Amino acid sequence: MPSYISEPHQVIIGEDEKYVVNMGPQHPSTHGVLRFELTIKGETIVNLVPHCGYIHRGIEKMCESNTYQQIIHLTDRLDYMSAHQNNEAVSLCVEKALGVEVPERAKVVRTILSELSRLSSHLLWWAAFGMDLGALTSFFYAMRDREKILDIFEENTGGRLIQSYICPGGLMYDIQPNFAQRVKDLLAYLRKKLPEYDRLLTGNVIFLNRTQGIGRMSKEMAIDYAVTGPAGRGSGFSCDVRRYEPYSAYDRVEFKEILYTEGDTFARYKVRMDEMWESMKIIDQLIDQIPDGPHTAKMKPVIKLPAGEYYQRVETAKGELGIYIISDGEKNPLRFRLRTPCFSNLFVIDKLAVGTKIADLIAIFGSLDLVIPDIDR
Amino acid sequence: MSFNIYDFTSFTQSIHDGLSSVMAPGWVTFTELVIVGIVFLAFYALTGLALVYIERKVCAFIQNRVGPNRVGPYGLFQTVADATKLLLKELLMVHKADKFLFNLAPYIVIVASFMALGALPFAKGLHAIDLNIGVLYILAVTSLSVLGILIAGWSSNSKYSLIGAMRSGAQVVSYELSVGMALLTVVLFTGSMQLSVIVESQVDGWWIFKGHIPAFIALIIYIVASTAEINRGPFDIAEAESELAAGFHTEYSGMKFAFFFLAEYVNMFFVAGLAATVFLGGWMPLHIGGFEAFNRVMDFIPPIIWFFGKTFALIYIIMLFKWTFPRIRIDQLLTLEWKYLLPINLFNILIVALIVMMGWHF
Amino acid sequence: MNGFTKYFSDLFKGVSSLLKGMRLTSGYFLSPGEIVTEQYPENRATLKLPKRAKGEVIMPHDDENHHRCTGCGICENSCPNGSIQVITRKEVNEEGKAIRVIDKHIYHLSMCTFCGLCVKDCPSNALAFSNNFELAVFDRNKLTKVLNRPGSSLKKENKAS
Repeated sequence: MPSYISEPHQVIIGEDEKYVVNMGPQHPSTHGVLRFELTIKGETIVNLVPHCGYIHRGIEKMCESNTYQQIIHLTDRLDYMSAHQNNEAVSLCVEKALGVEVPERAKVVRTILSELSRLSSHLLWWAAFGMDLGALTSFFYAMRDREKILDIFEENTGGRLIQSYICPGGLMYDIQPNFAQRVKDLLAYLRKKLPEYDRLLTGNVIFLNRTQGIGRMSKEMAIDYAVTGPAGRGSGFSCDVRRYEPYSAYDRVEFKEILYTEGDTFARYKVRMDEMWESMKIIDQLIDQIPDGPHTAKMKPVIKLPAGEYYQRVETAKGELGIYIISDGEKNPLRFRLRTPCFSNLFVIDKLAVGTKIADLIAIFGSLDLVIPDIDR
Repeated sequence: MSFNIYDFTSFTQSIHDGLSSVMAPGWVTFTELVIVGIVFLAFYALTGLALVYIERKVCAFIQNRVGPNRVGPYGLFQTVADATKLLLKELLMVHKADKFLFNLAPYIVIVASFMALGALPFAKGLHAIDLNIGVLYILAVTSLSVLGILIAGWSSNSKYSLIGAMRSGAQVVSYELSVGMALLTVVLFTGSMQLSVIVESQVDGWWIFKGHIPAFIALIIYIVASTAEINRGPFDIAEAESELAAGFHTEYSGMKFAFFFLAEYVNMFFVAGLAATVFLGGWMPLHIGGFEAFNRVMDFIPPIIWFFGKTFALIYIIMLFKWTFPRIRIDQLLTLEWKYLLPINLFNILIVALIVMMGWHF
Repeated sequence: MNGFTKYFSDLFKGVSSLLKGMRLTSGYFLSPGEIVTEQYPENRATLKLPKRAKGEVIMPHDDENHHRCTGCGICENSCPNGSIQVITRKEVNEEGKAIRVIDKHIYHLSMCTFCGLCVKDCPSNALAFSNNFELAVFDRNKLTKVLNRPGSSLKKENKAS
């Protein structure tokens, strides 16, 4: 045999018939590049080690050499499903540090765009969750409906997934005149389509058997591991930032915080389905009352934050995103730290999945709704 | 050559007479066997091609999109293009795989489905193998495909293929029980295992109507169990892409993979055809015993159209299963069989036996 | 007896949920309604993108080959990753003063992240986003573009005196 072909090695099966297998970085179910090192015995998982870092791009370091307006386009690419919410987080932090008052029009439009991106993120999650479990039609139904949300984004901001629209001071451009009408048409359409999703998956006996009782996370575990967002609220951990520290226009809308106490995969599923209805209710309350006025406050061309530390938290579709800026008075931040929700949500998975079967790991992982670039930044 | 679309016996008889007049009887039999073999080969290939295209179009319409529409008008030549691609692929040989078994496995699967297909009555007079133990023969022959699956998994020398093959083998062996017992209900009603007798006995109504509730339950169980038999639909853990173990045919490429693929689709046709024969009357038109005018109108449509119509209706239902439901986990699959389908089946057979004894069926 | 009834109620509830799902999908099969698939390469003539859709950055020129770029370099400073290089030269205008004039406005499409800061920060609105999204090329050098066309010059603004 030529020397560059190595001898095939024997498959070594360890004692107790355990063997180690990689659910490699490229896998249809891991929604990104994430590697799981599984130790399985037969069909049951004995140990699980997640390895992240395959898509680390050094966003925090890059932000140290960019001005505050230039940081916006980098935060778009973290959890790209909630791009508006990431931009809003950085803008709010900068505005809080400078003491700038954002005009009312910008606040209301920011909230509407945040809720629309929460809707689009949950629709994509539903699509991928159904597809992972084997119901391939759910993917197409949800993507077809999500296209309508992306069309609204493209008309107003220029981008479907990456917008860079919410910037320090307000919005980058004013919204189009038909924004309110298009959003209202979209909500009427979605209210007809969402019950179809329940008919396809939620009530299905096969789906219930695959998700009920699987991956039970207690409330103490959620608090210990800082699992926020719908994954934590499925275990009864009340952590909605929109309720405890309202920002933008959230203090003037009525909405419920969805909590379920069972903590299994089905509870996390139901939290997200109910959150879609709540988002539509929030948008309903705001869409007819977009105030007139300027779309941005007057900002200096060069933004310099006073020396100090500033923190702002925001509820993205996946959980609580925190922006921590240490500034020394220059136009670039000294340190820019992102507390991303998916990073905390990922590392609870080895507690949840050990002792279950491989098929359950897919269901649990899908219910945590992780976007890998958010983990690796 | 007299070609009567309502009754093919005159057609086959005229071919037989034509051949007998030119050659000795032994050669006549040999030529007829060759002709039947070639016709079935062509039918097998065409059915496979057509079903792959139909599945892609059906799943596209269910998912609110278009499906293949570029290769040929309405995408009709898409499967031809796929088959050409598979023919041109390199046939990989796995290192340290058992060469003989590795090459043999696809052929076992194809031969098993081929032999079963020959026993279906397509129309009056178009029945290749008409044994008097028809149902038993079919059950025996379809069990051979388990061998092909297990051999494929074992000879691939890969632990994932082996896991997939064992899971698949357990699934197929369990569900064979339900399939056999569901077919037994109609055998009890008819009193014979010969398929042509079963079809003839439905001349005054299909068994699903004459046998009312037990036959209906048996049809439902049969469809669910045979979907699991052919590794399709919500029971396709063996070939699921999003699970870890990728199934028994992972290591196969090119034409050998095409054999597994084709065998799955023609098995689907066979299973639907058998359900149509046994429960829905085969090539027998819809007759209601006693309404002569209605029966004459129904007789107008040729029996072969009836057979294919019923078969494709059941194929549509099997496809709908696959594209609507999520996948079942392996232990839930076996629970479904041993705790739900089997007890209901046994109970059903008891009721059918009682009904036949008392004469309570129509 | 309780387990017995539970067995059958589970069975019936399960089967009815499956039938509901099947009714939804066969409804879509029989009457698909609106098919949203766009037959892309064939429908280029009727494809309309929103006005703000971010294609590539261009410098709009009017009919007399005038643009509005003064060569100030603000876009080069705003760009986060250096996709713009502004090269200027000194020229003597008709009043005899030495002014700065744009020589080459180099735009690296290969590095652009489409953030829109150059378009927004330009004081003379010289840059804009076009709707052209078919930007793939076979040669990487073609991705480095010079945005001001040869022979073009700054549009003379009529200043109210």
